[in-house]
Amino acid sequence: MLPVFLNAQLLRSALPALSLGVLLVAIFIIQPNAMSYFGLNLMLQYAVPIALATLAQMFVITVNDLDLSIGAFVGLVACIGATYLHDTPGLGLLMLAGCIVVYAGMGALIQLRNLPSIVVTLGMSFVWLGIAVLILPTPGGKSPDVIKALMALKIPAVPFPIVAAVVIALIVQAGLMHSSYGAVLRGAGGNPKALARAGWSMLQIKMAMFALAGFFGVLSGLSLIGLTTSGDAHIADRYTLYSIAGAILGGAEFVGGRVSPVGAVLGALTLTLTGSFLIFLRISPDWQIGAQGAILIIVLALRALISRGERR
Amino acid sequence: MTSLGGVFYYLRTRAWIWSFVATAMVWIATILFTGGHGGGQMLTAALSFATFTIIVGIGQMFVITTGPGNVDLSIPATMALSGAITTKIMDTQDGMILTGFAVALGVGLAVGLFNYGLIRLLRIPPIIATLSASFLVQSTAIAYGRGLRIKPPPALADFTTAEIGGIPILSICGVVFTIIMGVVLARTFYGRSVLAVGQNMRAAWLAGIPVERTRLVTYVLSAMLAGLSGLLLSGFSGGSSLNMGEEYLLASIAVVVIGGTSVAGGRANVPGIWGAALFLYLLVTMLNTFGASAGLRLIMTGVIIIAVITVAGSGEQKR
Repeated sequence: MLPVFLNAQLLRSALPALSLGVLLVAIFIIQPNAMSYFGLNLMLQYAVPIALATLAQMFVITVNDLDLSIGAFVGLVACIGATYLHDTPGLGLLMLAGCIVVYAGMGALIQLRNLPSIVVTLGMSFVWLGIAVLILPTPGGKSPDVIKALMALKIPAVPFPIVAAVVIALIVQAGLMHSSYGAVLRGAGGNPKALARAGWSMLQIKMAMFALAGFFGVLSGLSLIGLTTSGDAHIADRYTLYSIAGAILGGAEFVGGRVSPVGAVLGALTLTLTGSFLIFLRISPDWQIGAQGAILIIVLALRALISRGERR
Repeated sequence: MTSLGGVFYYLRTRAWIWSFVATAMVWIATILFTGGHGGGQMLTAALSFATFTIIVGIGQMFVITTGPGNVDLSIPATMALSGAITTKIMDTQDGMILTGFAVALGVGLAVGLFNYGLIRLLRIPPIIATLSASFLVQSTAIAYGRGLRIKPPPALADFTTAEIGGIPILSICGVVFTIIMGVVLARTFYGRSVLAVGQNMRAAWLAGIPVERTRLVTYVLSAMLAGLSGLLLSGFSGGSSLNMGEEYLLASIAVVVIGGTSVAGGRANVPGIWGAALFLYLLVTMLNTFGASAGLRLIMTGVIIIAVITVAGSGEQKR
């Protein structure tokens, strides 16, 4: 039925790029003006923080857990960034490092006590939000100039968000998919028992993955305030859903450590573009999350179809 | 039973008792702080608010009991949609209340069928299925409700806020409902099937239990209870709002886990949900009374939930 060169494996890994491509083509047909340096820059502005949050989520998904606190965490980082990091950079950096340590501790707790990650992270989301509200009770603060300058970078020919997304995706792809320790980390999601028998510490692996998630959460929060120039505890509430949806769009599966960093970044771009797509279609923004849900379901349905074809 | 070891064993096998002990301790600490004032009112309010958590919590408990990875993340969106549609349909008229209840249950039925359809047809984990569905449901609620706050019919508002001798009528109904669901779980074919599927899906299937039908009914039950809760909550709080279900995502999961239901599935605890729901509400009240700021209250809520599941949480398999 399918052409010979398109086997199921290839098709599945091409799905994230295909969905992004279809969306882009649709946007350009409706609104040809969007295909310009300025248009792409505007549409993809927020792709960088969303892609970073999606990668954070992907690290957690790799070890078969789910992080429901990433949105609140990105909000906290934004608050720290817009206050302490701006006023007393040393203390600000120390606090962000502390946040990453707490993230690693979350992984340790989940592993040691064998707790369900959804409950632990849902509980932690209250803690992050609470600290953020204490730091910045009302929206405000100022983001550090370095970050603002970095996010406003103008690169000739290709818009900055695209360059940043490509660089981030390639770095994580190389580290997680093409290094030996990366294989171990993914193996922890595939067969933890085998890994433990081979002498690896599951505790260390979980802590490493959660620390990575925390690190990328920090990057996400900082890049976000680079764009918004001020902080707010609720600035990234939607990021929890975005990050999960983005990771799944990018081909992450919830068992077996099957993930794809490049896919996750493509998934994040797709989600970011959905908003612009709806505006061009003149559909009320009320339907934005609905449209994102619909895209998610369509992609999952396509994946189910491919798997079914594979089994035949 | 008379020996100390017996008592200890009794307490250990009935973990849910702790949630009631903790509830009592939090309540006593608060009235000691206020010098004995408002203890009764506090309990009345706790019973009222706990009832909504109980309704969705029981649905969530059945879902979680069907096995690792099963959880319903669409509860908040379903509550919002049900509240938005029913308040509009009832249009403050008492005569339409029964229709409202039917519509609320209908909304739940539709969402539940959709959830299960996604799980079954797309072969995706229930977490992802209910999450994707909740995007669509929430969006429908936003587009339909347009953020308008329509008052509930007076009779519905009266019913949801009425009390006899300090005990809310809604809570009495809630207790009766809890007992019924306890019997359903322990004594009916469906309830036993839920437990069997949660313990070992393959073994249950080999034993001839209709596994898929059991899961279907469970997801529909959870969504219908969320729909019902959305209607009652909009009656109680003078109208529906789009984010009224938000806090019930954590609450519904937390009361199940704190109440002593196994997150690995196959073991449910019905009375524990009440203890946990009362505990969560009184905890926030206590922090309020102590004058904690909003930020501190959030931090304490999170820390205590994590502490409770760390202590009470089993060392068994998870999702």
